[in-house]
Amino acid sequence: MSAVAEAPAGRTVEPHQRRPIRLAELFLLVLALAAGTGAFAMVGRATTGALPEGFWLASGMLAGVALVGHVVLRIRAPWADQVILPAVVLLNGLGLATILRLELSGARNMAGADATSNAVYSLLGALVAFAVLWFLRDHRSLRRFTYTAMIVGLVLVMLPLLPGIGQEINGARIWVRVAGMSMQPAEFAKIAFAVFFAGYLVTNRDTLTLAGKKILGLQLPRVRDLGPILIVWVASLGVLVFERDLGTSLLFFGLFVALLYLATERFSWVLIGLALFGAGAFFAATLFPHVSARMDVWLNPFDEALYDRTGGSFQIVQGLFALGAGGLFGAGWGEGYPHRVPYAYSDFIYTSVGEELGLTGLLALLLVYLLVVQRGLRTALAVRDGFGKLLAGGLAFVMALQVFVVVGGITRLIPLTGLTLPFMAQGGSSLLANWLVVALLLRISDSARRPSALPVRGQVAPGGASHEPVVVGTDDAAPAGRPAGTPASGTPLPRRSPAYGGPTEVIEPQPGTPRGERP
Amino acid sequence: MSELTFTLLRLGYLVLLWVFVLSAVAVLRRDLAARAADRAERRRGDDGGAPARKAGPTPATPASSPPARGGGPTRLVVTAGPLTGTSLPLGGSSILIGRSPACTLVLDDDYSSSRHARIYPQGDQWYVEDLGSTNGTFLGDQPVTGATPLPPGVGVQIGRSVVELQG
Repeated sequence: MSAVAEAPAGRTVEPHQRRPIRLAELFLLVLALAAGTGAFAMVGRATTGALPEGFWLASGMLAGVALVGHVVLRIRAPWADQVILPAVVLLNGLGLATILRLELSGARNMAGADATSNAVYSLLGALVAFAVLWFLRDHRSLRRFTYTAMIVGLVLVMLPLLPGIGQEINGARIWVRVAGMSMQPAEFAKIAFAVFFAGYLVTNRDTLTLAGKKILGLQLPRVRDLGPILIVWVASLGVLVFERDLGTSLLFFGLFVALLYLATERFSWVLIGLALFGAGAFFAATLFPHVSARMDVWLNPFDEALYDRTGGSFQIVQGLFALGAGGLFGAGWGEGYPHRVPYAYSDFIYTSVGEELGLTGLLALLLVYLLVVQRGLRTALAVRDGFGKLLAGGLAFVMALQVFVVVGGITRLIPLTGLTLPFMAQGGSSLLANWLVVALLLRISDSARRPSALPVRGQVAPGGASHEPVVVGTDDAAPAGRPAGTPASGTPLPRRSPAYGGPTEVIEPQPGTPRGERP
Repeated sequence: MSELTFTLLRLGYLVLLWVFVLSAVAVLRRDLAARAADRAERRRGDDGGAPARKAGPTPATPASSPPARGGGPTRLVVTAGPLTGTSLPLGGSSILIGRSPACTLVLDDDYSSSRHARIYPQGDQWYVEDLGSTNGTFLGDQPVTGATPLPPGVGVQIGRSVVELQG
């Protein structure tokens, strides 16, 4: 859409904008690598007294990922956010170090910890992400796949239910096993659903926003507009009931409600969503034994009978003990006993970090997640197209929700679910999917921050002065109190004709304003 | 390893983590500062530009927009309507004008259609074309039907806005 170099001579006016040299990112990457390799070295020192086996390989891999990512970003997305990649490299490094530490502990229940395979998946995930950054030049091309993404998402969610390839592990039927490789398709489904919801809502948000009665200050949608949210609700309840996966169910439904809210700015959707989920969860808890067992564990973990029962509260209580043992500053890498918690390398990796790095380390960790999420939401605010806004907002929200659900489950704020901590927990699907999310966020943030030769609504093209493009409708960016460009941006959507903000990729003339004659 | 070195290493590692977090926050803050400065600059620009606009179209990108080599128009300026004073540099690609966020020039004009009109170069000439808008596109008093050559300095009425090419 912008004026580019292939324009005929004589008309080319390019903004003379220096490409950012991304020094901040480089600096943060060095820090992240220092933290990652430092963790490897300290783990080795504590467990074997020397650098652990494969130290150079793992460190080299992490450094390679950082370097390749940095170069790819410089070439293909020079304006992309500079904090996201270092933060993710740090999280991935910490995760690998923790898994390595648990593997080296040699405990019997840690036999599943496999730092090597996880490193391979990290590498694979990073390479896939960089390939996406390299080949996907514009996130808006994803909008063409709105309904394809819906079908892909639904198929992915239903795969584990198929007899033959679906697998039930620890009571949750969320695994697929094909040719010796097992994966969790729901991790990828969340990306597909984010694309679908963003594409669907950017087209249909006006009916969802404007139609309907106002009751008690809440704009209620019309009954017939409730269709999509009810379908998603039923689908997510289906996940809960048939796959017994509370976390994934919560994730999908939360994603949809969040995007509805972003797209329409109607708080009534949030209330409707919460009410629906609350009702669904309540009935599930009373009707299905596996859900009520989870609730029991959540409410009375220290009950002795529950603690001793198989699948009881042993894990969560051990996790709490680990967090307690970690205290304020932690035991130090390799000095604690995190391997006493079942699945300390996957679902409960948070307690392993907590035991060895303490509350101080955990807070830093949570802040790093917060940074990634904040950059994602910031991107959503800044990007100029509605689809990009919703997609970036959705992806950032889904990561935030996932961290919340995992950490909340482990710390007993909410019932425990089977989600993984992004980038840290062991699991190939999770790593691949989250690296993909990061690739998409970086791609969108590049287009959000790229100085535009073209002014956005009411803005003058930045002739090289501004460091970041002027943005449509951030809180106070709209001069003269004009309403913001798109409803996803923070200022209320003006009541406009239905054509406003309609499908933007269609060239056909749209019905214009129904307001009569030209003045 | 002595207890002291170990403790120092252990705490040093936590310091390293926090150095990372705080550096990242510093990067974000620089970002915010740049945006705030940018915003302040724009606000100043708005105040200063107001009287000038009455007198005539304001070249809103002074000096910074380099002149075209061939001497054709270099920018599209909004001379009337809610966005008066806005200008955008012309490239070799067409410019879509309308209310839809996907347009090149997003008008905040209730009387324009989502995709109202298109201005595009062909050969040495710029053309304007109506995209089936409700209220029409006018070149002077004449409604634009089909592609019409658009000389620099001639206003095109789109809704309540008027845009023109300037050299």
